[in-house]
Amino acid sequence: MDETIRTEALVKSFGRTRALDGLDLVVQTGEVHGFLGPNGAGKTTTLRVLLGLLKADGGTARLLGGDPWSQATELHRRLAYVPGDVTLWPSLSGGEVIDLLGRLRGGLDATRRKELLERFDLDPRKKGRAYSKGNRQKVALVAALASDVELLLLDEPTSGLDPLMEDVFRQVIREERQGGRTVLLSSHILAEVEALCDRVTIIRDGRAVESGTLAELRHLTGVSIQAELAHPAAGLAQLPGVHDLQAQNGQVRFHVDPGALDAALRELTGAGVRSLVSQPPTLEELFLRHYDREHGEARDKEVAR
Amino acid sequence: MTALTGTGKLVRLVLRRDRVLLPIWILTFAGLMATIVASFNALFTTAADRQSYADASAADPGFTALYGPLHGSSLGELTVWRAGFYPVLIALIALLTVIRHTRTDEEAGRRELIGATVVGRHAGMAAALSVTLVANLVLAALVAAALAGQGLPAAGSLAAGLQLAAAGWVFAAVGAVAAQLTSGAGSARGIAVGVLGGTWLLRVIGDVSGLSGGGASWLSWLSPIGWAHKLRPYAGERWWVLLLVVALTALLAGMAVALEARRDVGAGLLPDRPGPAAAAPGLRSPLALGWRLHRGLLAAWTAGFAVIGVVLGGAASSVADMVADNSNLEDLFTRMGGSTGIVDAYLVSVMGILGLLAAGYAIQATLRLRAEETSGRAEPVLATAVGRLQWAGSHLVFSILGSALALVAAGLTVGLTYGLSSGDLGHQLSQVLQGALVQVPAVWVLAAVAVALVGLAPRFAAVAWGVLGACVILGLVGAALQLDQWVMDLSPFTHVPRVPGADVAATPLVLLLAVAVALGGAGLAGLRRRGIPAT
Repeated sequence: MDETIRTEALVKSFGRTRALDGLDLVVQTGEVHGFLGPNGAGKTTTLRVLLGLLKADGGTARLLGGDPWSQATELHRRLAYVPGDVTLWPSLSGGEVIDLLGRLRGGLDATRRKELLERFDLDPRKKGRAYSKGNRQKVALVAALASDVELLLLDEPTSGLDPLMEDVFRQVIREERQGGRTVLLSSHILAEVEALCDRVTIIRDGRAVESGTLAELRHLTGVSIQAELAHPAAGLAQLPGVHDLQAQNGQVRFHVDPGALDAALRELTGAGVRSLVSQPPTLEELFLRHYDREHGEARDKEVAR
Repeated sequence: MTALTGTGKLVRLVLRRDRVLLPIWILTFAGLMATIVASFNALFTTAADRQSYADASAADPGFTALYGPLHGSSLGELTVWRAGFYPVLIALIALLTVIRHTRTDEEAGRRELIGATVVGRHAGMAAALSVTLVANLVLAALVAAALAGQGLPAAGSLAAGLQLAAAGWVFAAVGAVAAQLTSGAGSARGIAVGVLGGTWLLRVIGDVSGLSGGGASWLSWLSPIGWAHKLRPYAGERWWVLLLVVALTALLAGMAVALEARRDVGAGLLPDRPGPAAAAPGLRSPLALGWRLHRGLLAAWTAGFAVIGVVLGGAASSVADMVADNSNLEDLFTRMGGSTGIVDAYLVSVMGILGLLAAGYAIQATLRLRAEETSGRAEPVLATAVGRLQWAGSHLVFSILGSALALVAAGLTVGLTYGLSSGDLGHQLSQVLQGALVQVPAVWVLAAVAVALVGLAPRFAAVAWGVLGACVILGLVGAALQLDQWVMDLSPFTHVPRVPGADVAATPLVLLLAVAVALGGAGLAGLRRRGIPAT
């Protein structure tokens, strides 16, 4: 089996709100998969459907070769989950929660637990109510990471961590990948996804709008080009596929779609290229472009009406 | 910006959050006071009737412990006396309200959110206190109006209202102080309820000792709950007692302010103790987690039931003595819902009240499920290899067996105290225990109602409390109001065999069990099918 998670046309509604609107998501075994989207895009709902906590209204979902709804309990032995908003029992200490959740899952690696507590600098003796948000998250992270499981489902696991701890988190996730575990990492922190993930799915309003490796996504969305020219390249502005063109004192900057790259370069060489820098877009640019474009279209439609 | 800036806005927030709860308890207690007048009017048609009832009751230590001293036989005096436990309940509501709007918010982090806006340091507590204090005055006014409206003297009616408000005032301030002490709302509630229990006990000892002209009667004057009775509505009102109430309330509120000024937001004055770094080997199942979460509540309820059992069992023998020289009364108690012997009638009504209380525990324990769900603590557990039924069962076992355990504890102590004093231990103990056990199926029906709501209509889970409230009203005043039988039959407690005194009829118990199983099963089926957390 090389697909750990596959959802097709997944639909989940809450009353009149459509939280998931035909979501397709494929996570391959052994990869760290970034699940990107702003708040309210449907990331948590997707994870809850994959955990069998919520029942999908339509579409299919497969997880670790089983049905997440009807086989929840068996599948849960093979995965660990860190919720986005960790609440602990006020009267239980952090150490007790880590051990309890690990045992409920079917076992905990004691050496790994000790090592993780040290690396995350977590005091396991505090009572649940005494932890800060970041420390509650660490409790859930240690409990999940010290379990011997195939799949980690992490819902914005670093939202309360400081940069130092975020760094520790990244190292640990890299080790997990080397150890062959599959990770689905939901996040809205692009740098984190860019640093950790092999493949990315971008979700918006309950649909996957982009999915692929970072390289593929960049290819799909073209490159940014910055050049110094001998003469003005007058034809550039008319080329289809060239966006955000800025020309000043012989410097041009623009973004170009993959299909138009060849024509754009021809135009540049025609104007005498003195220097050229081309950059793949950062994930942040991809993301913002995507959302800007969608929102821009929505605005246009409203204007048209 | 002063320490009280923003209090007005926070008052509105408190009112908005309590817009349902606040009117409900105020109207309930005003209504209950009016109902007592009506039921006494129906029961005693002549002054002589009242006189003989009052003569017997005033000298009875059991009744004095429960309701406080009875000063005379007028309708007003009897009414206020019969409502003698209400000040304790009002005090409980007041302290819980204040803690809920102070420490609970602080523990949940909501206080921080508000504290960062233009809001003074003491505004939160000031808002919680002012709403609670004013609510108690509203209650006092409504009670006064309700009682005066039934033709009782105006001054006494006002005092009867203020008697309740007095308890509310002092214990609202007690709640405010307790909220400063611990970082957890649960322990703050424990401290405040402990203070309430202690002052109630002082009043009980003082008043009971006062019956026999004993030397400890001054103890009642040490208890704010005692002050409520010292106000003597309809019996020569002592208005100056209210000065004590206001002074103590002000003192305690001042203390709370001083304590709040000395501590950090989120911290308590008493230090938090660290827990173990690793879980004990036994903490490895949902049931073990359930035990950790429920054991405090279960122990408190069981101990409370055992203590109430001692008090009420002790009173049983005085009921027997009382009746021995008053034959009018026997007829009277029979009309109040008894069956054969007067002591049996008394024990039946005691068990009925304990049954209703146990249902309260069963509902509370069941609704833990919903609390775990909404707080997000169910999710990490259900994301492990724990099935939903297993998770639900780990809480329901406490609701089912815990409520039965509390009833058995009370049955044992009632049976032991009454059995020992009557010299017929073997017979009485088994009779009383049976009386406690027959309540269990009815209690389970209410627990099952809560399960059904959690499973099928989770957003309305708290309606289970309303169902219990309806059963309480039917049980306490249904007979006096002479409601139709089919209305009475709606409460599972109507169907409980009247033991001791009657035979244990199996049919109603089996039917109640069947209803409980059906409702509980439907609820669990719903819980398996629905999304968690349900929105």
